[in-house]
Formats: sequence, structure tokens, C-alpha cells
Amino acid sequence: MADHEYDIPDDCQYTESDEWVRVDGAIVRVGITDYAQSELNDIVFVELPERGRQIERGEAFGVVESVKAVSDLLAPIAGEISEVHSGLSEHPEWLNEDPYGRGWIIALTPEDMESLDGLMSAAEYRAHVKARSGK
Amino acid sequence: MSEGGAPLARTPLWSRHVDAGAKLVPFAGFEMPVSYRSIAEEHRAVRARAGLFDVSHMGELRVRGPGALELAQALFTNDLAGAPEGRVRYGLLCLEDGGVVDDVTLYRTGPGEVLFCVNASNIAADREWFHTTRARMHSRAEIVDESEATGLLALQGPAALPLVAKLLPAGERPPRPWHFAPTRLGDLPVLLSRTGYTGEDGVEIFVDAGRAGALWDLLRDAGGDGVVPAGLGARDTLRTEAALPLYGHELDRAHDPIEAGLERFVALDRPFTGAPALRARVQAGPRRRLLGLVLEGRAVARPGFPIATELGDGVVTSGTFGPTVDRSIALGYAPAGLWAGARARVEIRGKPVPCEVVATPFYRRKKG
Repeated sequence: MADHEYDIPDDCQYTESDEWVRVDGAIVRVGITDYAQSELNDIVFVELPERGRQIERGEAFGVVESVKAVSDLLAPIAGEISEVHSGLSEHPEWLNEDPYGRGWIIALTPEDMESLDGLMSAAEYRAHVKARSGK
Repeated sequence: MSEGGAPLARTPLWSRHVDAGAKLVPFAGFEMPVSYRSIAEEHRAVRARAGLFDVSHMGELRVRGPGALELAQALFTNDLAGAPEGRVRYGLLCLEDGGVVDDVTLYRTGPGEVLFCVNASNIAADREWFHTTRARMHSRAEIVDESEATGLLALQGPAALPLVAKLLPAGERPPRPWHFAPTRLGDLPVLLSRTGYTGEDGVEIFVDAGRAGALWDLLRDAGGDGVVPAGLGARDTLRTEAALPLYGHELDRAHDPIEAGLERFVALDRPFTGAPALRARVQAGPRRRLLGLVLEGRAVARPGFPIATELGDGVVTSGTFGPTVDRSIALGYAPAGLWAGARARVEIRGKPVPCEVVATPFYRRKKG
């Protein structure tokens, strides 16, 4: 919905390409932000990676498709994909309905937890969204 | 927002779209609403109830005066003689070689006068083509571009006709399919046309640009929850399910109406530009054909993606995930000779995705 501010939780960190990262013990969960799902509109397909794959920071690990657009999912940090949210194959709309909850896409075991320091805070990401959307 | 630096035009309903929280995007030189909330919700609202679309970006070119009908028939592939006053016809504007300049609806507004409703992206090219043809024929017909002065709203879906009927003057009925009439909705003078681009029953309503806002408000107020504003995103998914062509995708100057499967809108015995080329094309049989494809899985075939078939390669022209048919569907050109049931593959990001050639449309409304 375009008539309110985007949801940008303080307990996540963010990439310039609109992924979020939330630390959950020794792993991090990754998804796409409320702004990203809103820009894409109705998501109809998520191409998920294989569990166990090693990915580098910035590497495409999947694809999200909506009726109007297609977008690569980029790894926020380097690590091993330890979990894949396979439920999204049947329910891609979870990315629209609950982007920070049921819409999580993968869990990563980071190569180095300190690499999270390179990501944006909620406040920085809010400014990044505002610069593009005006809200 | 701008495209290539050129300022974007706004329709008379622009402020209503902004107030409704629409996401606006550049389209054919206009700043247009792609959706208000959710493309799929707007799509389903049109199939179940009614959707209200602003299509004021489309162009209106009137041809009138001496020789108007001869000029119109030279431009238009469908039969004008079979379209008396009050009738609407769909047809193409073709080059000498049969390539498509535009696909249009023609309104027979008077005994010696027609109004063409044309694609927004082609208004300037069509106008130029009209004048080129006029000069070639030494015609004295008058060509008037009424695009900027005209608003156009589309009300589409099963609830559209009952709503329109309520707003008509007492005793008047909505026009029959493919007919139109000058009338009033509430106290607003309109040209009411029983046409659309969604696969549903409905109307398209021409109104003076200055009254377009009042008409939008009237339809929304009278329709209540039954009428949902719908954007270009839903318009595209709806027309794709109905397998209706979109200029710039299925149609362009490099494709002809026979390849596009639009033979029934081409009156080959009429004297229109391109008729000899199209007669030859029909006789020889087209080399390629526009096909409907249903893909396995949920990945979407985008325009330009390659199609592989047993008869050779083709290319996708439109594709989406159809919210009503709940399948990944596509239109595309492939070698002629493939029939419904044939297997093919669409290459999506380097991976071949199996699909089946199907008879179109993908969605057909149940007539009540």
C-alpha cells in the first residue's frame, strides 16, 4: 500500500538492494523488505536456492517474480545457506503479506558475523527508501 | 518523474489517483496508475464485481467532412459498410506490406463521420499516417485530434452493466455489445460504448476532459464497494488472460494481422491499405503464428524470452501469472503449424521450462 510509511523494523539490518537480515543465534535470516514487496506488487513466484550452497556477498541466490517484474535476490553477506523456506514455493504471497515474518527466504550461517557491520541500520535504510520513494 | 527527460502528461484524473494512493508509473508518455493496492486484488475485483479504469491516455481521432468514409475505409482493415451509425468495430491500421501501424476501435458516429480510438503510444504516428493517406488519396476529409479534450473511463466486470443502467436516464437501456450511444450518466453527457479490454462485460465511457473527474466520482459513489479502482497492472493481466493483443507486444510494424490471428477483423475484399499484401499472406499461409502457452510451474515468461518448438524457434511477446486462471501464461510467435496440445519450452533465465500450446483465450467469461 502506497499511502503509509513502509515497515522497517529496528531489529533488522538492510542492503541497498532491499534485503533484510535478522540475527537469530548463530544464523541470520534473510528476506526482502516491505518496500521491496510493495514495489514488486503481487509476488507469484520465488526461485529458491539449494541448501548447503556457499554464497558470496552480493551474489544472486534466487529470484522473486511478481506479475509485473522480476528481481534477483542478492546475498547480504557471505555464508552457507543452512535453511531454505520451501513453503514459499506454494505460498509466494507470504512475501507480500508478512515480509519480515512468514516471508523469510533463507537462513545463512555467516562466514564472519562481523561482516554484518557493513549493512545498513533501520535508520539508514529508511533514508535510503525515502531518497527513492519520497516517503 | 520523466522518461528520457520529456515531461510526462497527466490525465484529468491524475489527482484522484494520487489521492487514492496509486503507484504511478510512466506509460506511453503519461504518468499512469499501475495499481492502487494490489494488481491481483484489482484483477479479481474486475472478474467478480467491477473495476474502474482511467484510460484517458488513449487517443481519439475524428475523421469527418467530404470523403471521410473513403479515407476511413482506406485506413481500416475491417468492413466500414457493415458498421452503421451506433456500431463499434475493432480493426487494424496497416502499412502497404501489411505491418500493423496500430490496432484501434472505430466508432461510426454519423452517416459520414467516424471516431477512431487509438493507443496512447501511437497517437502521433497514427495522426501522421492518417495525413499521409489523406494526401495520397487527395482527400478533403478533416482529421481532428480530440485526444487531449477527451477523458475515457472503463467500467468492467459483472456489476458494470447493472450500475450503468441505474445511472442512465429513465427508460434508457445500455447499448448492446459492440454498440455505443450518446447519453447521460447522472447529469453528465457521455458517449457510452459496450466494449472493453478485460474479457468481462462492461463499458467504456468517453467524456469531456473537464467532466472526467465528476464521472469518476459518480461511478465510485454509485458503485460503493462493488466498484474498485483498477490500474494498468490489472488491465494487463486481464487482457493477457483474455488473449487480447497489446500494441508493441503482439502487434507492431513487423507483424501483420494474419500472423496475429486477427483474420476476423480483416475484410480482405475491402479497399484498405495493405489488403493486397494480406490477401497474398492468407493465400501463401503465414510463416509464423501467435500462440497461447501455459507453462509448468509459476515462473513468468517475459517478452523476448525464447520459445523452442518441434518446428523451430519463437519468441514470447507477453507473459504473466494469471490471477484467475492461476497459471503462468504467455503469448508468443512461433512457426505456423503448431496446434493446441503441442509441447514446447520457454527459456527462462537460461533454464528450459516445459509448456503446452493451448487454444486462446486462457480465460473465457461464463455468459449469464
